[in-house]
Amino acid sequence: MAIEDDVLVIGGGLAGMTAALTAAERASRVRLLSYKQSTLCHASGLIDVLGYAPDRSGPLVDPFDAIPDLPQGHPYERVGTDAIREALHFFDAVVGDAYRGAHTDRNALVPTGDGTVKPTARYPASTAAGLASRPRATLLVGFETLPDFDAPLAAAHLRETGVPFETRGVTLQFPGIQRADATLTRYAHLLERDEPVDAGAGAAPARTVLAEAVRPHLEGVSRVGFPPILGDEHHAVVRRDLEERLGVAVFEVPSGPPSLPGIRLERLLFDALEELSVRVTTGVPVVDYEASADGGRIEHVLVDRNGQRVPYRADSYVLATGGLVGTGIDSSRERVSEPIFDCNVAHPTDRYDWFEDDAFGDHPFARFGVTVDRELRPLAADGEPEFANLRAAGAVLGGYDYAAEKSGSGVSLATGYVAGTHAAAEVRG
Amino acid sequence: MSDTGGSSAEDGGEGSESGPTDGDVLETDGEGAFDPIEVFPETGEPDLRPGADDCYKCSTCDTNCPVAAVDEEFPGPKFQGPEQWRLKRREDHDIDPSITKCSNCMRCDHACPTGVPLSQQHNTARAEYVAQQVSRFSREYWRNRLLANYGTMARLGSRVPRLTNAVMGLSATKWLNERVLGITSEREFPEFATETFREWWADRGGARVSSEEKRIAYFHGDYANYNTPEVGKALVRVFESFGYEVAVPDQRCSGTPMFANGMLEDARRAATFNVEAFRELVEDGYDVVCSCTSCSFALRQEYLELFDLKGVETVATNTYDAVEYLRIYEDLEGALAEASGDDGQPAAFAYHTPCHARNQGLDGQTVELGDAVDGLEVHDVGDSCSGISGTYGWKRERYETSMTIGAEMFEHIERADADTGLTECPTCAMQMEHGTGYEVRHTLEVLADVLLEQ
Ligand SMILES: Cc1cc2nc3c(=O)[nH]c(=O)nc-3n(C[C@H](O)[C@H](O)[C@H](O)COP(=O)(O)OP(=O)(O)OC[C@H]3O[C@@H](n4cnc5c(N)ncnc54)[C@H](O)[C@@H]3O)c2cc1C
Ligand code: SF4
Ligand code: SF4
Repeated sequence: MAIEDDVLVIGGGLAGMTAALTAAERASRVRLLSYKQSTLCHASGLIDVLGYAPDRSGPLVDPFDAIPDLPQGHPYERVGTDAIREALHFFDAVVGDAYRGAHTDRNALVPTGDGTVKPTARYPASTAAGLASRPRATLLVGFETLPDFDAPLAAAHLRETGVPFETRGVTLQFPGIQRADATLTRYAHLLERDEPVDAGAGAAPARTVLAEAVRPHLEGVSRVGFPPILGDEHHAVVRRDLEERLGVAVFEVPSGPPSLPGIRLERLLFDALEELSVRVTTGVPVVDYEASADGGRIEHVLVDRNGQRVPYRADSYVLATGGLVGTGIDSSRERVSEPIFDCNVAHPTDRYDWFEDDAFGDHPFARFGVTVDRELRPLAADGEPEFANLRAAGAVLGGYDYAAEKSGSGVSLATGYVAGTHAAAEVRG
Repeated sequence: MSDTGGSSAEDGGEGSESGPTDGDVLETDGEGAFDPIEVFPETGEPDLRPGADDCYKCSTCDTNCPVAAVDEEFPGPKFQGPEQWRLKRREDHDIDPSITKCSNCMRCDHACPTGVPLSQQHNTARAEYVAQQVSRFSREYWRNRLLANYGTMARLGSRVPRLTNAVMGLSATKWLNERVLGITSEREFPEFATETFREWWADRGGARVSSEEKRIAYFHGDYANYNTPEVGKALVRVFESFGYEVAVPDQRCSGTPMFANGMLEDARRAATFNVEAFRELVEDGYDVVCSCTSCSFALRQEYLELFDLKGVETVATNTYDAVEYLRIYEDLEGALAEASGDDGQPAAFAYHTPCHARNQGLDGQTVELGDAVDGLEVHDVGDSCSGISGTYGWKRERYETSMTIGAEMFEHIERADADTGLTECPTCAMQMEHGTGYEVRHTLEVLADVLLEQ
């Protein structure tokens, strides 16, 4: 017999988790099934709603001014402005004070690891003290063994963008780490557990030694930015401790991949799923499905468990398997497809039309994905829903270019929210 | 490397299965990741390649590795797998000794977005390292060999269980283990049961239910046989209550500790024996069920990845975790809901998901069953690794790493509103007991209590 649920969400990224959480407030048995880790562990942890318009103008001061002008078929156009707002409220309620930015519609400007300033709608509390809109002299601290974050270079770039404050960068030795190949989690763990390290003068707790190393560089600054490695589960404690020791505000500068703030958000959302008794299954992929006799509904999907195909049945399904970077959309030389349900993915048949000649041009392939109706049901080539009980959310959707627009997380949240709502409404008593 | 006779890739190929269900599973789809690789083929050259080219260096695996988070000297799974392969290809590098620090928890495998088979790469790298760079005369080699072949020790020890338990508990024995063998004296050796599972099974006259349609063959492994026969008994009783005929064929260790110690020749011998024993039963209509999630992982995935044995695929695709099996083929939740009556003792457990259960999509199943039973609370203590990883935490030089990794789990267990632990993996259970002092039970035992009490 099949494993039974009311709603089955396929894919455990931001879109899938949002859909599952939303559905779980309305239906009793919700399952989230995800194969591997999602793009949250690459993403910065910022919740970008819309940073740039599709014509690349921006950065946008207020995404909600630009959303009504988005082209037809854009995921935001499909779900509508009210749903985007509701989804953000929902997110705010789930993450509580771990995130900031809910007080305004306007984009915040967050300095990032490469020295650019990114327009974003919600940002982790750990980045709050670093906002570019606050005119406070800033020191960026990088570490020799973490060359991806070059603090002096990032500071120089920030100065070039004309931020209204002084910025310096310095590169230090991280206490307790010599090797260039230590993982980010090693840094976080040392600080989180405040492990004893020996920086030449006998062993002392890692945070103490780090603060001592930073102190001589503080002159004239009122905040210090670090790469996002300041602790893991108890990162707020680590940050607070460093602030007390240094006497200035401490913040993290989003960068990656990989990215601990993204992983922290993932954990927060998983905790929320557990709180709502969502059943979570990971490590195994959905590979196929059975439809009803008339082909109009999905009866069950098949999950590959080390070679066995186990049926999972639900009243309704959400497809949130990600885009080209995840495995939600597949591209071969011949065609672009959606591998589980073979939902229609519209794209030019001539492969040369996928790319613009200009490397930074408007590449159609970035917008490949399934097309949906206003309830987010994937549409077949004839414009009719593929299945009555399937909805899609997140990067598997077409019609937008998250990297150019800076809209990745926002689209996942809004469409996850709407898909989860409709999926729960479908449940048969 | 003498045990290659009759098992080169070509020889095995003739027996490799391609039944009707084999061709169309996802893994064949372009990934090529799960091609079995012959670990010591005629050339003696292990192959780390499968899947290495799919790596796009996102480092997701590294952020999931519990060892790298506590030990700077361990460069993480990306290095151990795909990068090591690139080094080897370019300039015939030796395997880096840090591979022995990998605990084989396989969290990297579970994480990788593009499905690079990291554990397969680690298993083969470890085997090459042990074969080519570890002296057969070193203490490390013999200690690891001893730990890997725990079943042999157990077979001898359990002939005189009381004596063995007494001797193993002696401080002189511990001193000797620590000094001479490098086995930590911090841990208590698991006690041998006075009656093994197989003795109990023979004593009761084998199966008590016979059925043409519902038949399972139980892979108990060494631990449930020698140390926790109550888990095996619970399995038999629960399956019989659902009308299954149970078979308990002769079997050897699943090979998990051998993989983890790079003793692939030992593992191959065990795998060959087990596949042969269970293949015949599968062909007679039995499904294979395991009570240990590392055993089921070995039978379903590691054998298939590493050894080209006749019938290995037949066994792999018909092997299940015991609880998973009942979830799929019976209305287990319904039965639990019905059986949980007013007279049931309220109970609360702090549940830890074994890493190897995660890799089979089994995370969450125990918690879900808990939800189905009135008066039973199962608190998930989160996704941290227990840190013991089989024989890993028994080695003197790894004990501290093992306990540092485990610290997070210990804290979460202690914070949970329960004072008994619960898990499906016998070594995770040891670590939970060791770190918290809690008694730890197996999901099957709890199921048996709910379903069969009255
Ligand atoms: C490197 C990088 C950096 C980014 N940075 C930002 C940023 O700073 N800000 C921002 O707003 N956005 C960012 N994004 C974009 C953002 O992460 C994504 O657009 C968006 O959140 C996609 O989420 P998703 O849930 O749709 O898909 P994904 O995150 O791709 O998740 C898909 C999930 O589905 C699972 N899955 C796939 N196939 C199956 C199957 N057959 N069965 C079961 N499960 C399956 C996958 O294993 C995965 O867990 C970034 C993306 C990348 C790649
Ligand atoms: S997670 Fe996979 S793709 Fe990413 S670095 Fe590790 S092996 Fe490579
Ligand atoms: S198996 Fe575990 S310890 Fe080994 S590299 Fe992978 S995550 Fe790290």
